[in-house]
Amino acid sequence: MDKRIASAEPIVLNIPDGATIMMGGFGLCGIPENLISALHRKGTKNLTIISNNAGVDDFGIGILLRSGQVKKMISSYIGENKTFERLVLNGEIEIELNPQGTLAERIRAGGAGIPAFYTPTGYGTIAAADKEVREFNGRSCLLVPWLRAEFAFIKGWKADRWGNVIYRKAAGNFNAMMATAADYVIAEVEEIVDLGDLEPNSIHTPGIFVDAVLCGAEYQKRVERRRVQGQDAA
Amino acid sequence: MDIREQIARRAAQELRDGMYVNLGIGLPTLVPNFLPPNIEIVIQAENGMLGVGPFPKSGAEDPDIINAGKETVSEIPGCSYVSSADSFAMIRGGHIDVTILGALEVDESGSLANWTIPGKMLKGMGGAMDLVSGAKRVIIAMEHTTREGNPKIVNRCRLPLTGVRVVDTIITELAVIGVTAQGLVLRELAAGVTHEVVQSVSEPRLR
Repeated sequence: MDKRIASAEPIVLNIPDGATIMMGGFGLCGIPENLISALHRKGTKNLTIISNNAGVDDFGIGILLRSGQVKKMISSYIGENKTFERLVLNGEIEIELNPQGTLAERIRAGGAGIPAFYTPTGYGTIAAADKEVREFNGRSCLLVPWLRAEFAFIKGWKADRWGNVIYRKAAGNFNAMMATAADYVIAEVEEIVDLGDLEPNSIHTPGIFVDAVLCGAEYQKRVERRRVQGQDAA
Repeated sequence: MDIREQIARRAAQELRDGMYVNLGIGLPTLVPNFLPPNIEIVIQAENGMLGVGPFPKSGAEDPDIINAGKETVSEIPGCSYVSSADSFAMIRGGHIDVTILGALEVDESGSLANWTIPGKMLKGMGGAMDLVSGAKRVIIAMEHTTREGNPKIVNRCRLPLTGVRVVDTIITELAVIGVTAQGLVLRELAAGVTHEVVQSVSEPRLR
């Protein structure tokens, strides 16, 4: 068994227009840079993208938005992307906003085979629109469906040829759940190590969830808000 | 001292040793600068970091170590990382003792609006709806009025809600206000401020 692939190009060739793709990351931290670039070069259109954020104007998912490849975003926070905020306010792109924890749990549920769940989050807000309400332990809760996708692009730190993945520090975020919730999961990582080199206790995403592993090139790993000691807080 | 620091300083007084605390973007991130001496708290960032430390020294920034405001931060000893699903299990599951958030409007019943101004600002709710529904205590730390001087403490929120009846305490540069079943209760006045002054910039009656 060897899930390694040499480049992102054959992967994106198999992604049709109109596909639904999960993309890991929080802001620009832990995003699948190489897979996003390949999808941008290929020009695949009418995409539905499930991602907590929408990148920035010139990096991450932002480059797909700017090139008009995205039909719909399913996200929780898009505040860092002016192009996107404008597209949404002008009605040029569809957006489905979810409370962040609900988004995370919908994806987790999708991967775990739980078709829907009840949550108190968002009761009485627009997040409750069209949702069934039921009371549990005296609290009103919303029935929320799982989320699944045809593809997931995830970004890990290290992986082996079986697709076992570990994430680095806060770059795990949505990647771990997304790895479980799509029909075809591609993990791009900074380093591929020999089978057996990852400490079994420390593997975050076991290879059973992963279909392909790509060693990414030239990671930029941009920082959105560089803050250091001695600066005044924002 | 500037107003925001004054609010953050007062909010810090609400924290106790051993608390797990989530801080919203902006003013609330100033709170740890004013912690009382000899207390240990653990700051959670909903992107999956438990044990957020101060901004790193210049040159020590790590793009994989950020808070929920996407700012570079440092780890404290004892820090741990989890997935977003586990991070929100901490939040939704009632394991966070306090969340300190900003607000656009808070009303008499403790309902909160802090995520969007229709047609004008659309950023998304992020983790705010989860935090207000899951944290044991919700503290709003905000300037008492808008830039134009209009009340942010209102009879009924006009903006889209973040949560219904979720706020416990409001801390501004003028006062500390508790939300109770009987309405808003003025708990504390800033130095030199009178009840009348606070009332004059708040819509609901303050007891």
